[in-house]
Amino acid sequence: MAEPVPQVVAQMPKAKLIGLLALFLGPSVVIYTAFSIYPLLATMQLSTFTGESGGGVHFVGLANFVTLLTDSLWSTPFWNALKNNMIFFAIHMAVQNPIGIALAGLLSLPGLKLKSFYRTVFFLPTMLSVVIVGFSWNLILSPLWGVAKGALTAVGLGSWFAPWLGLESTALVTLALMSVWQFVGIPMMLIYAALLNIPDELVDAARVDGLGQLRIFFHIKLPLVLPTIGLVSVLTFVGNFNAFDLIYSVKGALAGPNFASDILGTFFYRTFFGNQLQLGNPTMGAAVATVMFFIILIGVCVYLFVVQRRMRRYTF
Amino acid sequence: MFLEQRARALAVHAVLIAYSALALGPILLVVMNSFKSRNAIFGSPLSPPDSSTFSLIGYAKVFRASHIVVYFENSLIVTLVSMGLVLLFGAMAAWALSEYRFRGSTAVALFLSIGIMVPIRLGSVAILNMMRTAGLNDTLTALILVYIAQGLPMAIFILSEFIQQIPMDLRDAARCDGVPETRIFFEVIAPLLRPAIATVAVFTIVPIWNDLWFPLILTSSDSTHTITLGVQQFLGQYITDWNSVLAALSMAILPVVVIYVVFSRQLIAGLTSGAVK
Repeated sequence: MAEPVPQVVAQMPKAKLIGLLALFLGPSVVIYTAFSIYPLLATMQLSTFTGESGGGVHFVGLANFVTLLTDSLWSTPFWNALKNNMIFFAIHMAVQNPIGIALAGLLSLPGLKLKSFYRTVFFLPTMLSVVIVGFSWNLILSPLWGVAKGALTAVGLGSWFAPWLGLESTALVTLALMSVWQFVGIPMMLIYAALLNIPDELVDAARVDGLGQLRIFFHIKLPLVLPTIGLVSVLTFVGNFNAFDLIYSVKGALAGPNFASDILGTFFYRTFFGNQLQLGNPTMGAAVATVMFFIILIGVCVYLFVVQRRMRRYTF
Repeated sequence: MFLEQRARALAVHAVLIAYSALALGPILLVVMNSFKSRNAIFGSPLSPPDSSTFSLIGYAKVFRASHIVVYFENSLIVTLVSMGLVLLFGAMAAWALSEYRFRGSTAVALFLSIGIMVPIRLGSVAILNMMRTAGLNDTLTALILVYIAQGLPMAIFILSEFIQQIPMDLRDAARCDGVPETRIFFEVIAPLLRPAIATVAVFTIVPIWNDLWFPLILTSSDSTHTITLGVQQFLGQYITDWNSVLAALSMAILPVVVIYVVFSRQLIAGLTSGAVK
């Protein structure tokens, strides 16, 4: 970059600078490259190979991807997982983010008491392991225990109850809502922080003009935190297209019933590691991981080049 | 006017309390029922344990039937070692990137930030191959190496932002006195990083403690399982034994809740000061 080189560096002998950089940057760059960047590239490379019965591998170009996308043995579960993952993401966007925005809006109201208590409580589920959250909801929704049914009966909706996690039509939505329950703290906290950063003069000016809290929120505050909502969306996207733990701990690697809750993470795990129905296949697993990488890359690029660039105009 | 304001405040609190109940209810329900006998768990799930329904049978079974203490130890070792090294290496790298700007430092910073957005999980196939080749498969070392690589990008990002706010005069004064660069970092700068370190520590610890994926991929024996994987497998095996399941869940929940309540101020301050954008 065109930034001027600071004096410290300019005055330093070259050998000393290289020594210092090696000492300070070395450990991070080495570990990060070896265990994060290199495996990612090696996985992509492996996706162009196929395993031999003898144990070796040979180069097959893009054949694994062609198989994945067109051979019905692979493409049916792949497209199913991708579709389910889209639904999973759509539910997060439609439920988690509006609730997060609403809670952040309420918490940032001037003069609200018990603010830090609410904040702490709302963020608590986010801190728990997905495994714990999955199992806890699994128990609560279980017809065996009957807590969910009892709660619904208490408010007169007992007939609504169904074993949601066990039904093909509702399992995915239920799992998505469990995930929303857990992660609503992240959009809430980030949007809350953005709301606090809005200059008081703007809000005061609106209040002097006679706007109520609700209109101030929708007409002044919300447009100003749009960049943060964009950031929350891309974080949700990356998190959702990389999700695995919840489905695996509630429904197992087979993401039942009948793959109704299968998403890319569980599909990747089954392909790579194997399960009751098939042997693990590292090269096909690498191909699935590569496809997931490009899906996530597309999401991040849409954010960087479309969302963030358009939103810049509205910020100060 | 005054009454109207009161009514509005009440409505806001009603919504917030309702959501608090939704957020806390499931957790309380699990913890509460873990202290009850089997009959009481099913008979009156919503009432807290009393003298007639109190029972620790679930906890006794968890201790007897699983290596829960080993899992705890493993999780502690992996989490603390990874956190310590992420903080140390992360702070050093952040310092070098902001202090010794050189041609290419922006490129290095960008390279290091790839990991914020791209999940390290996607490299699992190659990570497993590497660990097998290096003979590190099924060791805690393998987990620690992966978690350091996973935690570094975010740590460097947060710490760099923080280091840029440290006033110049301190290090310039030290430099005039001829203090060597390494001592400037470890004795002048590092102590000033404390507030940011708390935030980075929480951001590093939580995903590691809660991770299921890498223990599942990289560890295969009981002696190397972490608490999250250990509990997950225990729950899978004993799914019909409700006492044990609830007790195991509670034992996994409580440490996190305690740490969270103790550090929530730092965590929320870190989140809301715009350290993470």
